[in-house]
Amino acid sequence: MSETLNEPPQTPYQVVQASPEFQALRSRFRRFVFPMTALFLVWYFVYVLLANYAHDFMSTKVWGNITVGLLFGLGQFVSTFAITMIYARWANDRQDPVADELRAKIEDGELGGGELA
Amino acid sequence: MSARAEGVVLAATTEQVGEPAVNIGIFALFVLVTLVIVFRASRNNKTAADYYAAGRSFTGPQNGTAIAGDYLSAASFLGICGAIAINGYDGFLYSIGFLVAWLVALLLVAELLRNTGRFTMADVLSFRLKERPVRMAAALSTLTVVFFYLLAQMAGAGGLVALLLGISGTAAQGVVIAVVGALMILYVLVGGMKGTTWVQIIKAVLLILGAGVMTLWVLAKFGFSLSAVIQGAVDAAGEGGEALIGPGKQYGASALSQLNFLSLALALVLGTAGLPHVLMRFYTVPSAKEARRSVVWAIWLIGIFYLFTLVLGYGAGALVGPDVIKGAPGGVNSAAPLLAYELGGTILLGVISAVAFATILAVVAGLTITAATSFAHDIYANVIKKGQIRPDGEVRVARITVVAIGLLAIIGGIFANGQNVAFLVALAFAVAASANLPTILYSLFWKRFNTSGALWSMYGGLISCIVLIVFSPVVSGKVDPVTGDSLSMIRDTSIDFHLIGLENPGLISIPLAFVLGIVGTLISREKPHPEKFAEMEVRSLTGAGAEKATVH
Repeated sequence: MSETLNEPPQTPYQVVQASPEFQALRSRFRRFVFPMTALFLVWYFVYVLLANYAHDFMSTKVWGNITVGLLFGLGQFVSTFAITMIYARWANDRQDPVADELRAKIEDGELGGGELA
Repeated sequence: MSARAEGVVLAATTEQVGEPAVNIGIFALFVLVTLVIVFRASRNNKTAADYYAAGRSFTGPQNGTAIAGDYLSAASFLGICGAIAINGYDGFLYSIGFLVAWLVALLLVAELLRNTGRFTMADVLSFRLKERPVRMAAALSTLTVVFFYLLAQMAGAGGLVALLLGISGTAAQGVVIAVVGALMILYVLVGGMKGTTWVQIIKAVLLILGAGVMTLWVLAKFGFSLSAVIQGAVDAAGEGGEALIGPGKQYGASALSQLNFLSLALALVLGTAGLPHVLMRFYTVPSAKEARRSVVWAIWLIGIFYLFTLVLGYGAGALVGPDVIKGAPGGVNSAAPLLAYELGGTILLGVISAVAFATILAVVAGLTITAATSFAHDIYANVIKKGQIRPDGEVRVARITVVAIGLLAIIGGIFANGQNVAFLVALAFAVAASANLPTILYSLFWKRFNTSGALWSMYGGLISCIVLIVFSPVVSGKVDPVTGDSLSMIRDTSIDFHLIGLENPGLISIPLAFVLGIVGTLISREKPHPEKFAEMEVRSLTGAGAEKATVH
């Protein structure tokens, strides 16, 4: 590991952190969870604001006593279940293999050039 | 009105529904079965990881079921059913915030927390910040949330007793609260996290099955048409019943009540992922992948359960009727038990009552082990003893804390019995969303975040929540315009020191805590620790170095 006078030596974890494998894992994770979080929060607050301030619209009957508001509410359930399954499948298929491989390398000391705590 | 419903009216006026002996018998059976399981599970309670985190040996589905058992408190079962029966759509709105909130936990918190911490929320927060002040703040916030939640549960137990066991005297109700508290102490003392988890699993299965059977029963009576169930509720409500169909009956009264609802909606959706007793459950599984499976299971179980409550709430409105529900001893909370009696008579009421009691027991047990762990692990072992303590000494302190918290809960429950403290649950969510969530997110995702930011955000969130609630109408000065009775915690209407109209602090305190975290970070001269952040980030995403299950 190279050292200069000004910079303290990098810890093994910093070496891992700077590795392209980890950077890819990290940016893929953030690119997935941040927009998804923004999406469901916006959809939730659109719903809350409509229920709170657009009573007439939400009370419009679609058929029988099933109103727009009820459908929007049930839509929150559907979107929550859908995001849950999409995320779980994505994380299982795309993230876990990469994370497991990195973890094995770190714990074997291959990346970062030394035994970690 | 059917003959059965008239029977309920008569029964309600004599403050007696069903057969208390049956209710007590079924509950006693639940206690007996769970006690045997708790004693069997406790044999392997040797280390701190065993006692606090059940040896990290639960599977995702088991833990997910336990999370549902922990989360679906009496407030969400009895409270939401009753709210839908009386207020229709607005009661349903409440349950949606409780559900959507789980996505925050799933996407941003559960796995990263499992990978970086050991027992408590403070483990994660103190990972790269100055340990003692941050642990202290996190522990104080944990204890505050748990105490508010616990008090609400214990106070609710009194009302349930009145309804389900036919016990109306304050002293007799106090005895029952003490029995519930003593049972809870026994479970947690002996069983630790493992025993607590099994109680929650069994309770969740009973609760969801019971609610499922009742839902099918209600739907069958209305030709499996939700629209017909709602029509039944509208008809039973008489004049103005149409208001049950759309939003606004409860929260739409004024601009202020709408603002209150907005504040509540914000606290609900951001609070769950900051509730310490929820966070602690993620440590009971062997890996981040199992933590993810836990949340997936929890979301399905909780979501399906809330869909049941939609049918049950309108069903109670239709089959029992709002007047009977309001007139019953437990008030709004009696909607679900009265519906059970209407459908299946004494036996079904007995089952649902026992489940409701089991609910209080399981939730209170989960809260108690969380508080005890936080006190023993964060305050005692790491702040007072600076980590110089043997693990079994720490567990010993945790067990003593369990007894202390149990006694505190019993005394608090007896004093709060009959008090208007339902707001405490919403307050607990607001504190969790303000004092805990911003710091959890910043410390996981923001490299620059430091100790000063954490302390500003946690103390700022905690203090602003409490100050806002003390000077709000829920504590003093809210008067029912019709009857002139006080609707506040302080019943004396001549005492009025409320300064703001907002009944839930979330709308102010949550953004404030997020901003304080940024301001506190930026004004501090604390040297950053890039090496610590690197370790935290790598571990959080890969699981390297994370604690595994103990092998027995």
